[in-house]
Amino acid sequence: MFDNLDFDVIRRSLPYLFLDGMSFTLMLTGLSALGGLVFGTLIALMRLSSYRLLGRIAGLYVDFMRSLPLVLVIFWFYFLVPYIGQWLTGASRPIRVGAFTSSLVTFIMFEAAYFSEIMRAGIQSISKGQPAAASALGLTYSQSMRYIVLPQAFRNMLPVLLTQTIVLFQDTSLVYVLSIPDFLGAASKVAQRDGRLVEMYLFAAAVYFAISCVASYGVRRLQARIAIVR
Amino acid sequence: MIEISHVNKWYGPTFQVLKDCTTSVAKGEVVVVCGPSGSGKSTLIKCVNALEPFQEGQIILDGIKVNDPKTDLPKLRARVGMVFQHFELFPHLRIIENLCLAQEKVLGRSHDEAMAKGQKLLERVGLTVHANKYPAELSGGQQQRVAIARALAMDPIAMLFDEPTSALDPEMISEVLDVMVDLAHEGMTMMVVTHEMGFASKVAHRVIFMDKGEIVEDALKTDFFGSPRSERAQKFLSKILSH
Repeated sequence: MFDNLDFDVIRRSLPYLFLDGMSFTLMLTGLSALGGLVFGTLIALMRLSSYRLLGRIAGLYVDFMRSLPLVLVIFWFYFLVPYIGQWLTGASRPIRVGAFTSSLVTFIMFEAAYFSEIMRAGIQSISKGQPAAASALGLTYSQSMRYIVLPQAFRNMLPVLLTQTIVLFQDTSLVYVLSIPDFLGAASKVAQRDGRLVEMYLFAAAVYFAISCVASYGVRRLQARIAIVR
Repeated sequence: MIEISHVNKWYGPTFQVLKDCTTSVAKGEVVVVCGPSGSGKSTLIKCVNALEPFQEGQIILDGIKVNDPKTDLPKLRARVGMVFQHFELFPHLRIIENLCLAQEKVLGRSHDEAMAKGQKLLERVGLTVHANKYPAELSGGQQQRVAIARALAMDPIAMLFDEPTSALDPEMISEVLDVMVDLAHEGMTMMVVTHEMGFASKVAHRVIFMDKGEIVEDALKTDFFGSPRSERAQKFLSKILSH
């Protein structure tokens, strides 16, 4: 069955797959996770705020994002962002947005919804006494969040945040629908150019599997270490 | 220093936790608040620095109305120290950092200044060697002494203690009380919610007895321990002093 397979195609395309494809994937994953975390923390704070309206808006946002398939959001954004940009800048024509920017914005918005739920649980896991003690010392709400509550929430939630980032790493492969050469996109381009679909898709799967597995193992180790410190 | 007048507080529409509470703490005075659990004593002391809101009445702290929406609460709170039942040290910060954070962020002291003050206070509560440890590495009694030092680092005009020894093992209670007795002898204004009647009889000037949200008795220490007027206070005293 394997007679007519040519695994040499993988070796020949390695530089392209990793230097172009994987570096794009990792950059998109890293920046999306970072942006999603910052934006997600803001949403979590909104949801927990005593202003009802803010909480409502944040809640709607999270529910909305989580009720849509990611592929759809990616598509949608790719076609919508130029028009939103036009509207925001008041330009006469839709502004040109690169596929990278568009997918980055999409992933940040999408992941923010998930990260916000994790951060919300993290903030709620901190006993009420902590912000009370911070207030009693004269810290303002934002100082108490910044120096006392969020650092602890972030530490408690770090394993879950990292696990979600691993999921995000896999999800970034969906940008291939925009013909962006991320890792999967690059593999698929080579596969179609050389007619080596089986080889390339097997290899791509193996790479995603290996990276995710190693990362998950790392998270488990970290989790055990955090448990000891606490 | 602290004037509490006709404070009423409800949880929800019907449950009243504080009923027309009126009392005061003069400068340099040590007042112990006691009473059965659920009597509202912790709630009352938390109203003093507005950690708990209340619906009616007023509290004036060093001439500033606590429940005035225009009052800068963080600024006001920075001037009164508070010690909690469960210490509430910041677990992600080292002991010395626990002492420095608010000094730097709230009072705007330089890092060196804050460190010097922190070291001095750690020495005072006898914990200098633990400066670079994390709270979880210390015993309960040690943590509570750190919490007192943290409050003192802000140079407070008064100190509020909310059951500072209730969460401690018996052998650790005295190390915390010793620090508090020293403070009282130095003339610190103190409002202390506690069941430690030994502490009360040693350093308190006045004792307030609360029950079901009311201040039932507000008397000089000698009068309170000698002959409490109300039946409820007599019962309470006989129960906690019988062992």
